[in-house]
Amino acid sequence: MSVDYGSPLIQVKGLGKQFGDLKVLEGINLDIYKGDVVFVVGPSGSGKSTFLRCLNRLEESTAGHIYFEGADITDPKVNIDLHRQKMGMVFQQFNLFPHMDVLKNMTMAPMKLQKKSQGEAEKEAMALLERVGLADRAHAYPSQLSGGQKQRIAIVRALAMKPDVMLFDEPTSALDPEMVGEVLNVMRDLARERMTMVVVTHEMGFAREVATRVMFMENGNFLEEAPPEAFFGSPKNERLKAFLSKVL
Amino acid sequence: MSQAIYLNFIKDDRWKYITDGLKVTLEVTLFAVLIGIAIGFLIAVVRSTYDKTGKLKLLNGICKIYLTVIRGTPVLVQLMIIYFVIFGPVKISKVLVAVISFGINSGAYVAEIFRSGIMSIDQGQFEAGRSLGFNYVQTMWHIIMPQAFKNVLPALGNEFISLLKETSVGSYIALQDLTKGGDIIRSRTYDAFTPLIAVALIYLGLVLLFSWLVQILERRLRQSER
Repeated sequence: MSVDYGSPLIQVKGLGKQFGDLKVLEGINLDIYKGDVVFVVGPSGSGKSTFLRCLNRLEESTAGHIYFEGADITDPKVNIDLHRQKMGMVFQQFNLFPHMDVLKNMTMAPMKLQKKSQGEAEKEAMALLERVGLADRAHAYPSQLSGGQKQRIAIVRALAMKPDVMLFDEPTSALDPEMVGEVLNVMRDLARERMTMVVVTHEMGFAREVATRVMFMENGNFLEEAPPEAFFGSPKNERLKAFLSKVL
Repeated sequence: MSQAIYLNFIKDDRWKYITDGLKVTLEVTLFAVLIGIAIGFLIAVVRSTYDKTGKLKLLNGICKIYLTVIRGTPVLVQLMIIYFVIFGPVKISKVLVAVISFGINSGAYVAEIFRSGIMSIDQGQFEAGRSLGFNYVQTMWHIIMPQAFKNVLPALGNEFISLLKETSVGSYIALQDLTKGGDIIRSRTYDAFTPLIAVALIYLGLVLLFSWLVQILERRLRQSER
């Protein structure tokens, strides 16, 4: 696994988010490089998901800047839709479009936004489905799929746009335990292919296995950042130690 | 019995009052529904855009006034105001006045139907669309609206059916619709029972027919999800 430590793909500077008087995020700095697999862990309510959702502005930050591929995407004048095409996102609740079959779910964005022909988009979609072992489900509707299948489709739907980074918001939290593995397998393959990933999760074992860096978030800020061996093997921060003793 | 039918429908070709009236009723209902859907759609988009993003504040205010006025006054009063006050000085087809009045009236109800449909769609659908790079309008059009429409179809069908019956108050501006047709026959033959029961049965038949069509459409739309 190698990370390209040239100029960062995503640069977060002094990011803050406030809901009324409640400060959810404060003064966050983070550089994410090409090929990075950054895991964000921490107790619930610490601001992990809010942080992730700020990265593609599903949540509007209230302070600081986020630079993506050199552009300040927190600038209100920036065309965020164009940048979002390069940032795939996977949600806890899958959010597949229930009124379209799997293939249409995957081809709609490439066809409408990247002006791909139907033939080309479907060919690429089928190749992706092949990769995650769901080619035979191409014409199924989301309601006919299991949770694990839905999440794998959600991942390849995002990949169909050929994003430069993938954001995962607790991708396995809504799954039955026996379906977690199949989703993690897909994510593991992605990490091996050096897809840049930012993952918010509670799967500590998985973080330890595939992360290039693990971040510990509490009360809206990163309290520790380390490669997985150090993060789980010799944590420095007392809060992190307490957290790990509870979840490991 | 056969004498009554002869007197009310056959003699002097009186059945034509019924068929001509039926044509007008269907015409007014159809075009009013189209206007209602157009108005309702636009208002629902404005209102839910405001609810979701806080934009379009002024338009939202105007829409709210429209909804309050239209839903707060009887349709018959609206019809008479439009016919006698707004179009009072000009010669204008009664059918057109009826289409406009019922369309504007229906729009207020359809708007709330559409809006409830849009708001019923999970926020995650919206976020998924936006995260793929679709803009607000594209997300609404390709992802939210098709699902919302499916959800509101029964309510929309009911609105069409109640509008069909509501057009009968058009008689007040002497619109020659189905109800008026039956009424004219009554005034000629002095037999109230036969023509009015006939009119009632025709309305009932139409309502049953449209309810059935809506059911078929609904079932077909649902099939895609199973």
